[in-house]
Amino acid sequence: MSKIEQVKPQMPWLPTRKEKSQKLLSFILSVAASIILLFVTGLNGKLGWVIAFFISYVSISFITEFRRAGVPAAQDSLLTSVSRFAIFLAIIPIVSILSTVISKGWRGLHWGLFTQDMSQATVNDPIQNGGMQAAILGTLLMVGLALLFTLPISILTALYLTEIRGKLAGIVRFLVQAMSGVPSIVAGLFILSSIVYPITQSFSGLMGALALSILMIPTVARTAEEVLLLIPNDLREAGLALGATQWRTVAMVVVPAVKSGLVTAIILGVARIIGETAPLILVTGGGDATNLNPVSGPMGSIPFYVWKAFLLGGSEESSQRTWAGILVLLIWVLFLFIAARLISSRTRKG
Amino acid sequence: MDTHDGVPQENSQPEPGEKMKAATTPHSLADVANARAAKVPGTQPIGSGLEARGVHAWFGKKHALKDVTLDFAAGTVTALIGPSGCGKSTFLRTLNRMHEFIPTAALAGEVLLGGKDIYASGTDVTKIRLRIGMVFQKPNPFPSMTIGQNVLSGIKLAQLKVSNTDDLMEECLVRAGLWEEVKDRLGEHASALSGGQQQRLCIARSLAVRPEVLLMDEPCSALDPGSTFRIEQTISELSQTMTVVIVTHNMQQAARVSDYSAFMLSDGGPGELIEVAPTNELFSRPRDKRTEDYVTGRFG
Repeated sequence: MSKIEQVKPQMPWLPTRKEKSQKLLSFILSVAASIILLFVTGLNGKLGWVIAFFISYVSISFITEFRRAGVPAAQDSLLTSVSRFAIFLAIIPIVSILSTVISKGWRGLHWGLFTQDMSQATVNDPIQNGGMQAAILGTLLMVGLALLFTLPISILTALYLTEIRGKLAGIVRFLVQAMSGVPSIVAGLFILSSIVYPITQSFSGLMGALALSILMIPTVARTAEEVLLLIPNDLREAGLALGATQWRTVAMVVVPAVKSGLVTAIILGVARIIGETAPLILVTGGGDATNLNPVSGPMGSIPFYVWKAFLLGGSEESSQRTWAGILVLLIWVLFLFIAARLISSRTRKG
Repeated sequence: MDTHDGVPQENSQPEPGEKMKAATTPHSLADVANARAAKVPGTQPIGSGLEARGVHAWFGKKHALKDVTLDFAAGTVTALIGPSGCGKSTFLRTLNRMHEFIPTAALAGEVLLGGKDIYASGTDVTKIRLRIGMVFQKPNPFPSMTIGQNVLSGIKLAQLKVSNTDDLMEECLVRAGLWEEVKDRLGEHASALSGGQQQRLCIARSLAVRPEVLLMDEPCSALDPGSTFRIEQTISELSQTMTVVIVTHNMQQAARVSDYSAFMLSDGGPGELIEVAPTNELFSRPRDKRTEDYVTGRFG
């Protein structure tokens, strides 16, 4: 026992105290240099300081690394500090959006939000009057329907691309990729001009679900194709060599092996459409009253609720409604992404 | 159906020590092959024979295999040897119609199983692959299934009826030499096994559908000597009830496990069959100069 204690686990590759203090020093130096830059040059404000800090931090760490270990190390440090800065820039909007939405939205939250709709209230009424029931149920219904339409189409498309590999696979893959770039308002206009005006001549939740399906199919199909491509060909051949038909091999070997990847694809597809606003404004009619019938009558949705509160408002109450609506939507999306991450990380371990 | 049950599982195996010695001491290939030939009983074993008649294979424009005619007598083990790229694996894959899964693949010639061409129009290809099983170079158990489910996967995939699946599972695992190691962990996932165990699991899996012929594509190339030894034992045992064709780069292995050896070679063009003979003859008195060069290690 005593012998084991004599040897302590060490990590000799970590920076020494001297190197750490040098790093700290160059950080402090660059803060100081950026403040001086702010005074000397025409830069001002928060953004100006960020730019000044970026310039001074990159150049100071470049110089110290150059003095320590020469040109290659200096190049290395340049890339490191620039990419650190890029991460910082990428995180700012995300953190900023989240903090703004939470701080402005939480005051608009109340229990009535989930039990009342806006049929008896206007957006400028006190916040306790009316709620998001119509919007939440409408979004649930339309996303659910879109899921129902999308699931078989997109999974079968992915299977066609990876398993059947038919003659049309190249064209289909190209079209699916092109489709994922379709602007959402175009999807709405398509449903409007091809179904709503010539056939049904009325707005409904079903039309919204169809427009959402157009947006969801390429996302799910492409993600599903990617996870299916990860399956080694060995497994397919093993199934076929055991005397199985291709269909049995796909159903019993290929799909079970990527089950959680397919679930992730579906969740990403839902997250893609849950916040879509433009097509729903065009084809659902945007109801304020709770409507559970997707084939008749206008149907509300969370994005529509947000849009309407913002557009018709102008009061403190309407702005609170807007932020609360965004917060509810954001929580849903966040929840879906976390679920997708958990499921896909479980696959990698398994 | 249950012809395998009569086969004594333990007694038929050679003494492990004896076999290990053969595997580790530097005998000449001919000695090893002769030792095996002396041990093979003279009785005609059970199983179906396979005959390749003038088989050519192409990948797109590339002619990969030229005019191979080769008989695999029922109940024998035939080793396909030759340098990389000589078409051994391609030939093996034409024998159970796996060749056609490669896009642009083409074929000429006949492969007769029980006297019938497996490429004849109207043949049910899934039935052919049930009768001619295959073990791949890389162990490929199904990751979403447990060990037990892997063994029975062929039954499920081909929708066969089996009265007692537990007995079948045990029988196949015993014959593949894996039962003792996994009998208490049949519910675990196959990925928990070592590479050698996974390969034996794949052998057990292909035995469950009771094939008449088993094709093995370098089954030991990814395995350590211990696992290789176990799989060679398994092959010896299988040859009493079925026809085995094994592709191998290891000539010692060919000498240890096979009754017949076929030497294939490509001179830059398509692979060709150079010589086929009883294994001990091929290694002691090769008729063709090129075979002699290869088996004596002067080339390849």
